[in-house]
Amino acid sequence: MLKELLVILIASSLVNNVVLSQFLGLCPFLGVSKKTETATGMGVAVIFVITLASAVAGAIYQFILLPFDIAYLQTIVFILVIAALVQFVEMFLKKFIPGLYQSLGVYLPLITTNCAVLGVALTNVQKNYGILTGVVNGFATAVGFTISIIILAGIREKLKYNDIPESFQGMPIVLVTAGLMAIAFCGFSGLL
Amino acid sequence: MNSAKERLVNGIVKENPTFVLMLGMCPTLAVTTSAINGLGMGLTTMVVLALSNVFISLLRNIIPDKVRIPAFIVIIASFVTMVELLLQGFIPFLYDALGIYIPLIVVNCIILGRAEAYAYKNPVIPSLFDGIGMGLGFSVALTCIGAVRELLGAGEIFGIHVMPESFVPVSIFIMAPGAFFVLALLTAIQNKVKIAGERKGKDMSKIQSGCNSDCMNCADAGCAKRLIDEGKEKAGEGEKKNA
Repeated sequence: MLKELLVILIASSLVNNVVLSQFLGLCPFLGVSKKTETATGMGVAVIFVITLASAVAGAIYQFILLPFDIAYLQTIVFILVIAALVQFVEMFLKKFIPGLYQSLGVYLPLITTNCAVLGVALTNVQKNYGILTGVVNGFATAVGFTISIIILAGIREKLKYNDIPESFQGMPIVLVTAGLMAIAFCGFSGLL
Repeated sequence: MNSAKERLVNGIVKENPTFVLMLGMCPTLAVTTSAINGLGMGLTTMVVLALSNVFISLLRNIIPDKVRIPAFIVIIASFVTMVELLLQGFIPFLYDALGIYIPLIVVNCIILGRAEAYAYKNPVIPSLFDGIGMGLGFSVALTCIGAVRELLGAGEIFGIHVMPESFVPVSIFIMAPGAFFVLALLTAIQNKVKIAGERKGKDMSKIQSGCNSDCMNCADAGCAKRLIDEGKEKAGEGEKKNA
């Protein structure tokens, strides 16, 4: 059991990196990666939300959708639950943990329509993961996101000082960087 | 009939969702490993987009303004579920190839974007053609990107071998990194067109430079922020009541 979880942890965070090999959560990956600080904040917020969302979605799937034989409604239910959950987390943090809200608050709205959150919830169902395995998978996926967004932000801080051809300035050069990172992450496939 | 034609041209050329507006990039990159996958994804999205546009347009006087975004999401998610089940039943090879990206059509910015920007304000027939036009534009773009990646990565187009025998496939183009490189070139070309146009003094503000601003037009101006703003309004009202 423990070995299985460890394999999932490595597979989801490094080998099948959520951004670099599955292209989920590209928006924040490209949008919020200008500075390492904001990238870290975004990463932590994503870890928080995805872990929580996979637990909640997993529980709803196991205890409501399956017993009532309405598993085909999963997409509708998950998207609504995630949207509600993010709002609830935001309100909760604002009221009870203002310190954390100060640092994560701005990133939470960006996560609502992040396809990575819905993607993880659906993958968990597709692969028949239980709640615990699903939460580990969600956590690992989010850690993979955080690793890649922090690396990209680090590179982008250095990129500012380079002389880039006019038409490649802005997004194109960032995408080239992401492509090179994706090649590097392909190397992890030897791990498993 | 003029308006229908105008909507189609608008979707395919003037406001092409991929090449001009840079919307819905996640599926664009993920499923364009071959031309046929790109075409399949494009047409699937088109069906959902046309149906949700019609439905939202029909209900535009019934849906209250405050809960419109959640209402849109439920409508879109319902159509996505239907299309997903149909694909699973009738075109299983496409269902297997597209996998998790079919349910993820729900979070595709193009669909929510068109619902908000067009279908919620316009009658049924133009909304239908707007959906078809945008969907066709998306299909054309995905098929083109898929064809280029398939040609370079496998030497084939639609599974038919076209490159000479001596051509060694650059298989990285059908792997994940290739997607980033193709999109990088695409945005570079877009930048070039935009810069050239601006020099000539044309208005190029319609061409979005992808994610330059904040987040692929999505989290920033689009869906997420509005959802949250509404949430805040509601929360604000709640607090007032409590006070």
